[in-house]
Amino acid sequence: MADRKMAAPQMTLPKKPFGWEKLIVTILMIAGILWSAGETNVDIPMFFANFDQFMKIFDQMMSPDWSYTSYVIAPLIETIKMAVIGTTIGALVAAPYAFLVSRNIIQNRFVTGILRFILNIIRTIPDLLLAALFVAVVGIGPVAGIITLAIFTFGMVGKLFYEAVETIDEGPIEALTASGANKWEIVRYAVIPQVSSYFVSYFLYAFEINVRASTVLGYVGAGGIGVFLQQALGQFRYDRVSIMVLVIFAVVLVIDYVSLKTREVLM
Amino acid sequence: MDATNKKLPPRERKNEWPKYLAWAFVAALIIWAFVGMPAFAIKPNAGQIGGSIMSGIFHPDWAYVYRGDGEDLVSTLLQTIAIAFIGTFISAIVSLPFAFWAANTKHEFWLVTRSGKFLLTAIRTFPEIVLALMFIKAVGPSAFAGVLAVGFHSVGMLAKLFSEAIENLDNGAGESVTSAGGTRMDVTMLATIPQLLPELISNTLYRFELAIRSASILGIVGAGGIGTPLIFAISARAWSRVGIILLGIVIMVTLVDFISGSIRKKLI
Repeated sequence: MADRKMAAPQMTLPKKPFGWEKLIVTILMIAGILWSAGETNVDIPMFFANFDQFMKIFDQMMSPDWSYTSYVIAPLIETIKMAVIGTTIGALVAAPYAFLVSRNIIQNRFVTGILRFILNIIRTIPDLLLAALFVAVVGIGPVAGIITLAIFTFGMVGKLFYEAVETIDEGPIEALTASGANKWEIVRYAVIPQVSSYFVSYFLYAFEINVRASTVLGYVGAGGIGVFLQQALGQFRYDRVSIMVLVIFAVVLVIDYVSLKTREVLM
Repeated sequence: MDATNKKLPPRERKNEWPKYLAWAFVAALIIWAFVGMPAFAIKPNAGQIGGSIMSGIFHPDWAYVYRGDGEDLVSTLLQTIAIAFIGTFISAIVSLPFAFWAANTKHEFWLVTRSGKFLLTAIRTFPEIVLALMFIKAVGPSAFAGVLAVGFHSVGMLAKLFSEAIENLDNGAGESVTSAGGTRMDVTMLATIPQLLPELISNTLYRFELAIRSASILGIVGAGGIGTPLIFAISARAWSRVGIILLGIVIMVTLVDFISGSIRKKLI
């Protein structure tokens, strides 16, 4: 009897303090969901009522127009070229910029602060909106797509690369400073050897993302296979849309694989 | 003292050929892309238009910020956030079963995992705009179509992140619950969920940051949000309107990234 009384308190878990924070977050979440659902007129029953409309399109996509394949090869190649050029230009501009915003290389907080601010602003604008803007500026065609991808890459690679530069081993920098090296020599002999493999990796990563992004840029007129995608969607030719989706899928898979293997060899 | 010490030791000789080949491949790819590209044709008045856009950005149309008619900047930005929020929420729920399907845990048959991962890659690659247009066919050109597009497209990435979190789960906590006499239910409630939940919430918040960007694009095809007024303003060449909308998007994305980022830092 006494034993049981002793053991009883240990059978239960220690009581947790009441989590006010959790309660508030949960209430906020539920309020957010209810507000968003009202704001966007979410009507799930209506979606299921009209689900046959969705399935109709899906059915058409299930019987692709294979004869259209030969027409999409040329724009597909243009898309890949856009991605290569955009990634190359963007990454080449991003590399020196990343050194300028790294606080272990440029000690002036004011300079790095302003340059980082610009980089962050560039990163906030979605790619397709950028493309729509550049189509308005330079005209319909792949050039608008290339500029968009270059700016998009600049934002992405710039951020990843300066974070890599800021986490390098400071030892070689100190050693070179102690032996009287100037800024350029420090970057060349202490920083670049440590980060060059990161740069290659980020370049290939950006390329993978850009191939995906470039396939829809044509929707707003920025060249590549997206132009054809937009036409087919406008004509409700979902059999052609599905061919393009399949071709894009195949290309993305191949490019991801090639990029992965290249990265493995180069790292 | 002797001459040998003055020389650097010889470099280690590795087989460098695969490296050279990979470099040559990358270089060839870049040259191929530049050579085959048609001339860089740019509209003759590009500089002028670029100038007007810049002046539009510096002289934004402040009157558009709030008009109270539901079509102004604040209302459409709020709608964009709402699309991303509820879309991400739907996608987080849909992602859970997919994540368990694709997670490579030891008692899983390899074909199950592989097919799950393949399906998720297919969802990720399916262009979000096409998906939005398909949903517009079903529910009409509204913000709800945008919600469905964000909700389904996000599954591709979110379920992948979830499945990685499940794969990285530490078995130790679960084993100690079992050894203390816990049932399967106890293992789930006391070991699995407490470990998994912060990771899942963090992944969802990260996906929410990306969904905000998607939601501001989908308006281009009529699926609600800030994209619709932006595309109208661009085609009407109303650059000061474009300026204020861009300003609004930059502020919205920065704020959301900041808030979501600080919550994520607290979680992990």
